[in-house]
Amino acid sequence: MKPVVAIFKREFLAYFATPLAYVFIVIFLLAMGAFTFYVGHFYDNGLAELSVFFGYHPWLYLFLVPAVGMRLWAEERRVGTVELLLTLPVPIWASVVGKFLAAWAFIGVALVLTFPIWITVNYLGQPDNGAIFASYVGSFLMAGGYLAICAAISASTSNQVIAFVVSVVVCFLFTIAGAPLVLDVFQAWAPVVLVNTISSFSFLTHFQAISSGVIDLRDLVFFGSLIALFLTVNVVLVDLKKTN
Amino acid sequence: MIEISGLTKNFGPIAAVAGIDLKVVKGEVLGFLGPNGAGKSTTMKMIAGYLAPTSGRVSICGHDVENDTIAAQKSLGYLPEGAPAYGDMTPRQFLNFIAEVRGYSGKEAKERAAAAATKTELEAVLEQPIETLSKGFKRRVGLAQAILHDPPALVMDEPTDGLDPNQKHSVRKLIAAMAADKAIIISTHLLEEVEAVCTRAVIIDRGRIVADGTPAALLSRSRHHNAVTLSLPADQAAAAKARLEKEANVLSVEETSRVDGIATITAFPRASALIIEDLTALAAAERWDVKELYAEAGRLDEVFRALTTHDAQRVRERRQGAGA
Repeated sequence: MKPVVAIFKREFLAYFATPLAYVFIVIFLLAMGAFTFYVGHFYDNGLAELSVFFGYHPWLYLFLVPAVGMRLWAEERRVGTVELLLTLPVPIWASVVGKFLAAWAFIGVALVLTFPIWITVNYLGQPDNGAIFASYVGSFLMAGGYLAICAAISASTSNQVIAFVVSVVVCFLFTIAGAPLVLDVFQAWAPVVLVNTISSFSFLTHFQAISSGVIDLRDLVFFGSLIALFLTVNVVLVDLKKTN
Repeated sequence: MIEISGLTKNFGPIAAVAGIDLKVVKGEVLGFLGPNGAGKSTTMKMIAGYLAPTSGRVSICGHDVENDTIAAQKSLGYLPEGAPAYGDMTPRQFLNFIAEVRGYSGKEAKERAAAAATKTELEAVLEQPIETLSKGFKRRVGLAQAILHDPPALVMDEPTDGLDPNQKHSVRKLIAAMAADKAIIISTHLLEEVEAVCTRAVIIDRGRIVADGTPAALLSRSRHHNAVTLSLPADQAAAAKARLEKEANVLSVEETSRVDGIATITAFPRASALIIEDLTALAAAERWDVKELYAEAGRLDEVFRALTTHDAQRVRERRQGAGA
């Protein structure tokens, strides 16, 4: 565990050693505010609840999480520090997990900093704080899902732009896996089981389930196993690069 | 301590390393020489466990690098090519990080980091971000990282590349000071470095070992080994040259330069014979007006050129090999 902690610490502090953290957090908060108040007409709805606010999370994560995730491995490869990291006596999984947790915690910090909106709804009325808490948990888990995908993609290239673009596309497909855009491709020829399986990968469906206030074990397992799956892919990709 | 057997690495059709066997024991400083692209860095990456070999084995202090990677990497200090480090960190933060990853904690981690920084003379820049440091300091940050845990085996890819002569000297002193109780491999293409710090030199070319011996043994393969060079007034040069050629132990004589009326002549010995004494006596007997007279140890660059191939030639051969 020691190396995981050391790598987590290094990576987490690295965000704040450069302007990246501040730029990201400011843009994250501004975008959240803009979508909630101007696009989502938060005040005009006259409801003391945050479903409008949380509704935009998947779409913001779609671009902001790849921005955090693209550098995880691609940057190390470009600068050459990956050679240092992989020749330290640390198992690959520990590096993968340490890096992932640091980036996830960083996104968590940005998410926690949206707390003024929670204070605002509590000031304006009596919202269902249980549902809001559940939504925050769901949002954080969903961010972890996106991040695990981005980290794995970042491990396959030394080019951050490629990592970003591919990540956005893959994350987009996972977001709308339940929508006709994706399902229509399969519906005509694939068995129903496959179509259902694909649609069950939709981040939107699982996130909406949690934000309704019900933290269902199935949704937790979905995000948990998705993260575990992509971290495993990440480990395999880093290991594969050793042979070439 | 470091044992390599049958090590090969192919990148597609190209064999970067083609069967290297090497054993480096405690107390040895092995200079790994070769032209660029000969397979030095690839070999070192495989020793450090960064690249997986196509075939062959590497073991460090008895731990197989492929199957017992973590234990092998614990016994090894490795300076990768170009001394990569996290630029946003200061040397202090970076070395503390390395100490923590290597399993030290709290006070011991700090002490290890500080000791490594002292050995590599980094104290003055401990609080500056690494990306703002000069090349010499960056290289020493990499060195500090490699020796932090006092490893029994040390592999350094071009440890003095980019350093000025003063810095090179202090790094060589550091390597020499550690040599007694470690097995060390350094790669370099500075031939003077081999003579300065190495107890053994290995030359590789096209992924194969083409020479392995002490620097002195390699020097003895040079045409200049035991050759005698003398300078004398130009008007005596022709006569001296003719006289020297008559000596039994002299194979050939060449005039190498003529500056300000002084000619420099080199006499090459037959079968590395010691001819300095005979020629000194001869010069005195012939009453040549000798300005300078000395025996040469040999020239490593000559040996190097004779044993290795030019990069353009290698690429041509590879193309032909791939086409055949």
